[in-house]
Amino acid sequence: MSAEVSPKEPLFSAKNKKLLAVPLNRENPITVQVLGICSALAVTVKLEPAVVMSISVIAVLAFANVIISLLRNTIAPRIRIIVQLVVIAALVILVDQILKAFAYEVSKQLSVFVGLIITNCIIMGRLEAFAMGNKPWPSFMDGIGNGAGYAWILIVVAFFRELLGSGTVWGLPVMEKVGIYNIGYTNNGLMILPPMALIIVGIIIWVQRSKNKELIED
Amino acid sequence: MFTNRYIFIYSSVMVIIVAAVLSSASSLLKPFQEKNIRTEKMMDILKSVQVSGEKSEAEKLYDQYVIREEAINSKGELISVYEGGKLVQGDIRPFEINLKEEQHKLDELKAGKSDVEPAFPLYVCEKDGNKYYVIPMLGKGLWGPIWGNIALEADFNTIFGVTFDHKGETPGLGAEIAYKPFQDQFIGKKLFDDNGNFVSIAVVKGGVKTRPPDKQIHGVDAISGGTITSNGVDAMIKDCLENYIEYIKNHNNS
Repeated sequence: MSAEVSPKEPLFSAKNKKLLAVPLNRENPITVQVLGICSALAVTVKLEPAVVMSISVIAVLAFANVIISLLRNTIAPRIRIIVQLVVIAALVILVDQILKAFAYEVSKQLSVFVGLIITNCIIMGRLEAFAMGNKPWPSFMDGIGNGAGYAWILIVVAFFRELLGSGTVWGLPVMEKVGIYNIGYTNNGLMILPPMALIIVGIIIWVQRSKNKELIED
Repeated sequence: MFTNRYIFIYSSVMVIIVAAVLSSASSLLKPFQEKNIRTEKMMDILKSVQVSGEKSEAEKLYDQYVIREEAINSKGELISVYEGGKLVQGDIRPFEINLKEEQHKLDELKAGKSDVEPAFPLYVCEKDGNKYYVIPMLGKGLWGPIWGNIALEADFNTIFGVTFDHKGETPGLGAEIAYKPFQDQFIGKKLFDDNGNFVSIAVVKGGVKTRPPDKQIHGVDAISGGTITSNGVDAMIKDCLENYIEYIKNHNNS
């Protein structure tokens, strides 16, 4: 885990911007740190569950970061992982309950993956690497930034998988409206299966690295 | 700097706070969640008789199409009737029956461990002047429970429509039971043979075409790669409908 941002930077707003922006690209949790891949494969068949999952992860990550940051001086190092887990688990259960109450259909599609946010490495990674050593506000920004870094990959992957696999975008039959089926186009069933998510993530990584030379390893 | 005592107190307080927050959230959200489950149950029953509509209208549509709810015991006797918004007979509204508990009661009864009679619900629907009978089902798939509704025409033999759903069958394989192509196969199939014997609907691996022509009316194609789920559907239909045979026979004779 990289501790990329020094904790005592006087320029508050500039630092915050960096906290938000860096995880979107250079320190992206999925494409660079390769964390949270499991859910990125599982919930990206359609756009709607991907967006709901993204919002859930952003919320859990931001609040967990803030709570751990507030508690950071009271947590005994020996039990810090347990404390982090309890906080994450509590937030995830809350999110799950709220989805079941107000977004029942989507919560059914996400099924176990909401619960599995608990095991998402991104969250515990940020708590350990950032929230344990930083003030609440920067921790909040870091949580939003990393959550958004996870989210945009998920949404891009889901967009292409839904468009090419089911011919729809957010349930709207785009491909049918364009009339592409009349000239012999068919949906690619492979896009619905998890391996294609991996390939799309691979393509995103490829594009990202070809644009950003500092990400290329020797 | 952190003593054991501190750690113990800290963890205890933390756990108590978390428990309090979660349990109050749970009890606060429960009414909403239960409403969702109820709405879904209603929509599933309606879907099996080919009625679709907005979820917000579920209650209204349900009252419009489902004219009567009945519950029968293991001998096929009517034990409960709910009609016109009130309980006419018995002491539980058939819609509220928990199928899992009743199946358990039936198992106990069959094993001779208890003598509590189970109650199985039956929904009588009316659409375009025709009566349909909807039987809810519950069974086992590969990874977890599967369930559904089967709507029979007034002859209690021809299938008018089915719905299936599942907790966590494999997407693309077993999970296909929840989609139209699989479910549409059931329409027009028959539960009883010409002699009036119950034969259920077989979910046939390798396709129903492999069966003799006179058996094809009692079978549908299984899902390739979803054999265990398909077998689960097969067993679910058989096990659940068996409980209604006596009732159906009495009904047809009267």
